[in-house]
Amino acid sequence: MTFELDATLAARGFEVSLRLGPAETIAILGPNGAGKSTLLSIISGLLRPDAGKAVLGGRVLFDLAADRHVWSAPHTRGTALLAQEALLFPHLSALDNVAFGPRSAGASSSAARETALHWLAEVDAGDLASRRPGQLSGGQAQRVAVARALAADPELLLLDEPMAALDIHAAPLLRRLLKRVLAGRRAIIITHDILDALMLADRVIVLEDGRISEAGPTREVLERPRSRFAAGLAGLNLVAGTVSDAGVTTAQGMVVAGHQDGTLGRGQEGVAVFAPSAVSVFLTEEHGSPRNSFPVKITDLEPHGDQIRVHAGGLSADITPAASADLGLTPGMTVYFVIKAAAIAIYPA
Amino acid sequence: MNRRSGTGYTGIPPWIYAIAAAGAVFVLLPLVAMVAKVNWPQFIPLITSESSLTALGLSLRTSTASTAACIVLGVPLALVLARSPFPGQRLLRAFVLLPLVLPPVVGGIALLYTFGRQGLLGKSLELAGIQIAFSTTAVVLAQTFVALPFLVVSLEGALRTAGNKYEAVAATLGARPSTVLRRVTIPLVLPGLAAGAVLSFARSLGEFGATLTFAGSLQGVTRTLPLEIYLQRETDADAAVALSLLLVAVAVAVVGLSYRRPRIGVAPEGAFR
Repeated sequence: MTFELDATLAARGFEVSLRLGPAETIAILGPNGAGKSTLLSIISGLLRPDAGKAVLGGRVLFDLAADRHVWSAPHTRGTALLAQEALLFPHLSALDNVAFGPRSAGASSSAARETALHWLAEVDAGDLASRRPGQLSGGQAQRVAVARALAADPELLLLDEPMAALDIHAAPLLRRLLKRVLAGRRAIIITHDILDALMLADRVIVLEDGRISEAGPTREVLERPRSRFAAGLAGLNLVAGTVSDAGVTTAQGMVVAGHQDGTLGRGQEGVAVFAPSAVSVFLTEEHGSPRNSFPVKITDLEPHGDQIRVHAGGLSADITPAASADLGLTPGMTVYFVIKAAAIAIYPA
Repeated sequence: MNRRSGTGYTGIPPWIYAIAAAGAVFVLLPLVAMVAKVNWPQFIPLITSESSLTALGLSLRTSTASTAACIVLGVPLALVLARSPFPGQRLLRAFVLLPLVLPPVVGGIALLYTFGRQGLLGKSLELAGIQIAFSTTAVVLAQTFVALPFLVVSLEGALRTAGNKYEAVAATLGARPSTVLRRVTIPLVLPGLAAGAVLSFARSLGEFGATLTFAGSLQGVTRTLPLEIYLQRETDADAAVALSLLLVAVAVAVVGLSYRRPRIGVAPEGAFR
């Protein structure tokens, strides 16, 4: 009873394959325009790919090839979609919104009402039943939208950045709620927030330019990112290149020395990953032996917790405000980023 | 509305108000002139004469029927034009809107060559024993022909403004297309549909040229209020003015009642505007 998808859509440079177990939640991460929403539109039947196949719990959602044209309409798929906006039907009460799915599935109005009340209670919105969507706050509306999606009893729940439009007080509440209701359910959640991936998902998939650039258990991806995007989410620096005896050599000829995995072969694609806190900043080149020292031009300085984060040459360093002041750092300056080799992990890309 | 009562900045330069006032006067003055011309002592007898009441009744009945026809034909047309792109869509829209710019007499002639005795469909209909030209049905057809674009235009606009996000969500919740149409699309655009229907009714009520050409002017059968007014004008100016005022009153009542506040179906705070 798995969900399987293979789909290509040439016009958007989209080509994705994924599998999902019966009670598994995966988070889709990726930069804007990477094809995350395209993925959900294809699964829910709102967008037709050029070719591919999707099977959900033994039912074929679509099977498109040169000689096959199986395509099931969105309403037959059992893939409820929860978007950034709640999109509650403005002419129906919260209760009728939640009852919409069961009613559409052919339930009697009293049975649908029963189901709707159950799900409204489940999302702590029982007291909002008679309200019109216009009378709900953003967070309340999104909770009702969650209830509406769940009341449709979807085999696969699709969530497209459900927290993105909420204010900072409403988002944590909805995140906790989703954690509760997604347990034991099959869901795909698109998010920009690493916290969502950590709290809600069993696995993450990083989508870049319409393709999966990285996939794996959330923890593993965050601890050992292989793509620049995942490293950015995890708050780590990542340098990709070819593995040599000295370390990782980038296309530009920069060599990063570090602690290497025993299994690494020479000439293999590899990444060097290190935390911004492991980076020291100097105004002049340092000549210590087990060290990496790179001249970089500062692009930006920003507060980061009680530290100052220095962005330079695509890398970042965290230093104390006092150190920043002592060094007199300003954007445009050229400085040296120095990292101990022992603080750099090198593993296959 | 008193423009000084608002507290917000309007951004309208003062001279605009002067021109707007001139525009309002231009529209209102002829009505005032007409009201001034009304023979008040004779007003009630004039508008309650048998021929007047017959014409008014016929106008209301045919306008109601043609508004219904506009809804039946116009809603699908607007949906197709607003929602599903297909080759020739722009062309179809242009033709649907044609009656807006066509002189009604031309519309009447076109209808005559379609449904008249020697017309494209008329010949076959005649063989089947159905005769349309110069009947009340012809009046309804003529009115529908000229009024349909009003409904299609307002509804298509409303559909485009509403977008199809709600429909997409409804579909993923398991609603089949007919259910989506009935429970989501139509309720969302109900204000636009109502506005379109009112405009269609008002246009039907005032229809003259196409009706006269295609349906003629038979008392009780095809002589609607505008035709009656035109006829009376030749013989009895007082009656024509009185009936004109009646027509204005009916039109104002219909439009006024429907336009009080567009709050039909949708909560005012709703996403739909």
